[in-house]
Amino acid sequence: MGRARTIARRTFLTGAVAIAGGVAFGTYLVRRDPQNPLADGLGPGAATFNPWVKIDAQKITLITPHADIGQGAVHMQATLLAEELDLDLGQFDTEFGEPAPAYHNTALAGEGTPYRITDQGVVARGTLATIGGLAKIIGLQGTGGSSSVADSFDKLRAAGATARETLKLAAAQKHGVEGADLTTKSGAVILPDGTAIPYVDLAADAAAIDPVRDVPLRAASDWRLIGKPTQRSDIRAKSTGTLSYAIDLQLDGMVHAAVRLSPRRSGVRSFDAEAARTMRGVVDVFPITNGLAVLADNTWRAFRAAEAIDVTWQDAAYPAEQADHWKAVEASFTDAHLDTSLRDDGDVESALAADAVRAEYRVPYVAHAPLEPMMALVRVTDDQVEVWTAHQLPRVLQQQVAGVTGHKSGQVVLHNQYAGGSFGNRLECEYVAVAAEIANQVRGTPVKMTFRREEDFAQDFPRPLGMMRGAGDVDSGQVRALALDIASPSPIGSMIGRLGLPQAGPDIQIPAGAWNAPYGIENFRVRAYATPGVAPVSSWRSVGASGAGFFIEGFLDEVIHAAGADPLEERLRLCDWDVARGTLEAVAEMSNWGESLPEGKGRGVAMVESFGVPVAEVVEVTDTPDGIRIDKVWVAADVGTVVDPVNFENNVQGAVVWGLGHAMNSEITYSDGMAEQSNYHAAEGMRLYQAPQIMVRGLETHFAVRGIGEPPVPPAAPALANAIFAATGMRLREMPFNRHVRFI
Amino acid sequence: MKLRVNGKDHHVDVEDDMPLLWVLRDELGLMGTKYGCGIAQCGACTVHMDGIAVRSCQLAAADVDGDITTIEGLGTPESLHAVQEAWVETQVAQCGYCQSGQIMQVASFLDMNPEPTDDQIDAAMSGNLCRCGAYPRIRAAIRSAAGKMAAA
Ligand code: FES
Ligand code: FES
Repeated sequence: MGRARTIARRTFLTGAVAIAGGVAFGTYLVRRDPQNPLADGLGPGAATFNPWVKIDAQKITLITPHADIGQGAVHMQATLLAEELDLDLGQFDTEFGEPAPAYHNTALAGEGTPYRITDQGVVARGTLATIGGLAKIIGLQGTGGSSSVADSFDKLRAAGATARETLKLAAAQKHGVEGADLTTKSGAVILPDGTAIPYVDLAADAAAIDPVRDVPLRAASDWRLIGKPTQRSDIRAKSTGTLSYAIDLQLDGMVHAAVRLSPRRSGVRSFDAEAARTMRGVVDVFPITNGLAVLADNTWRAFRAAEAIDVTWQDAAYPAEQADHWKAVEASFTDAHLDTSLRDDGDVESALAADAVRAEYRVPYVAHAPLEPMMALVRVTDDQVEVWTAHQLPRVLQQQVAGVTGHKSGQVVLHNQYAGGSFGNRLECEYVAVAAEIANQVRGTPVKMTFRREEDFAQDFPRPLGMMRGAGDVDSGQVRALALDIASPSPIGSMIGRLGLPQAGPDIQIPAGAWNAPYGIENFRVRAYATPGVAPVSSWRSVGASGAGFFIEGFLDEVIHAAGADPLEERLRLCDWDVARGTLEAVAEMSNWGESLPEGKGRGVAMVESFGVPVAEVVEVTDTPDGIRIDKVWVAADVGTVVDPVNFENNVQGAVVWGLGHAMNSEITYSDGMAEQSNYHAAEGMRLYQAPQIMVRGLETHFAVRGIGEPPVPPAAPALANAIFAATGMRLREMPFNRHVRFI
Repeated sequence: MKLRVNGKDHHVDVEDDMPLLWVLRDELGLMGTKYGCGIAQCGACTVHMDGIAVRSCQLAAADVDGDITTIEGLGTPESLHAVQEAWVETQVAQCGYCQSGQIMQVASFLDMNPEPTDDQIDAAMSGNLCRCGAYPRIRAAIRSAAGKMAAA
């Protein structure tokens, strides 16, 4: 085997090259290479093979740039690297790495494009004319859109493989043996005589040679880790209170900050902070953008002083009362607000008879409210800004913070942390900008700014409210026409506006989950309308599909009922994508769909494709004298390859709980320009006593490897509504459902 | 004021009404106990006073009249409490932020009620919110922990 074929000269790392094979560099070259962020600060005798692997004489460090917001991203990324690098779990450290172009998220390139996941033609894949998709923001380097697995699956295995082969080459040269005679196992190169040379002992040698690249990836049948239940790397720390979240960090000389920000997102009209200033432990009180900051020597003292400030606020730029938000949505079903018309099969107008089924559906604003409140620890000096927080968009965060403090983006150092939940909230930069603005006033002093939970609710950019006006028709026991008009404010437009980026075109998130539904209904139209002038909104776990998925699957159930067909059988008949059909067949089998149920029980089914992943769910409820009890949920999702079955199941169960809980009881409503819900008593989601049994099956027939953090959310609410209909005869067309039924 | 936390005496100079949560976190640097809501709605701040689970965000420093145990005092990564062992084996945590509180609640509950019914588990655990929705695994881990504690 000629070395010329296995050894590459320096190669520039572009997104494309990174996918194809990862890139390996010798230390000398790496040190000059701006594209590998690990090159800076590499000690003598340390090797970095690509932006994800760093080895020195003491330890192996794997870089896992996708944020861990509870979904297990660190463990997933490490598993993929360790698989090809022949590391055992526990033999390495992980780091989030620093913000860098090398960690560009390539999986999201197509997420904003108006092509169905099944449309894999050249035109679909080649057209990256983003129409306001998540990719635009997240693609820079980001975690979102359930894209971490898709982005990492080939890239990180390739990075592990190239590092492995380079270490083998180093061992071959050092010991004068043929590379082909070497194997690797448990973090060591094994010589022909069986001697194991630990990778750490080869770091200096590997650093001195040109790296190997274009290493073929192993066949699935050879995987040791992928697809097997493994123990998450963070599980012990998270079970012993020893994992430090950003809120737990303490720096020398640190002060605690709390804020009173305008609950109307407006300016301060007047304030009196005298009482707050004299409270014990208070260091300072000063105005900041849209509010006031308190510095104190303890979080609680800062909280109390913030609450003691007497302040009046300017009016909100959006309607003060919730009823007027709804009026704005109702008024946006006009040609002037038409945003997209992505589905128009057959001839809906002629197919809809005068007695067609018609209904109106609604979803409210909902807060994210991850359990760790929004906070950031920031230290500003004249030449640097350091930020400790958990964030999904490191490079966007750098730009936003730099804009606040007047530094250059490259002077902002993000020490990313494990998040105590996100659900989309850590795509926002506002909470970090607030902390940076405060820390900038006291340069040199680290400031830990923590939102009181009440502030967290008040400042949350919620999931958009939305409405659907639907019409459907049937013939000979079959669904023949479905027309959905959906209106809501644009979550992506709102986010992009806050980032100061120009909004390019429409937002396919408004009808997400509906326009792309894998149903071959003869006459099928989905139109989306963008509602202007209401409250600013954001991405909330599963984004547009959290609303539009409910619209289509709740209403389709009504039309199927009108046809006199079985809800699951008719969906199977309509389904025009074999992968999606597989999920419906799986839940039918798992739940023994069609079996006769005792009096008072009912089952509903729903299937939604979001982020390329079809998920079918069957919910079973009992109508008890005290209210509705959710007994069981069966879920089938097809992600191509399940990287870790335990974490997969946990994510699916969590997503189902999320979808059901908020559908049951959560909303944000505005009054006097302010959110009326201030803490979990008013928006609690699901509690343990309400949690059903959740049976999960991961299917692996998909042509692509996809993520699972969000896709099980959208079908949960409509499957619940449909189950309640089956049990009680009552159609729920509006969330939260507890406006109409009681849950026990 | 004097507090006994995880078997050690501490003198702290704080207001009578400072919640124990903030004494633990910001005065004693015990960060395993979490702030989630501050109003007894989430359970993230759960610790033990003389073995009984209490919400430390609701317990004023001056009202502490027993030995406090926090998650750090329950077990360590090297020497897990039975409940923590069950939590690790069942892989309960997602983001993990609620789990200190969940574990402290369960440890106290199983201590008093080693063979709980499903209804008793529901009643004991419904003050502990898990925004990530790890409830199915929390239930399974409670069962497993009860088994471990019975066998011990
Ligand atoms: S912080 Fe004490 S119950 Fe939530
Ligand atoms: S694991 Fe995230 S809140 Fe419970």
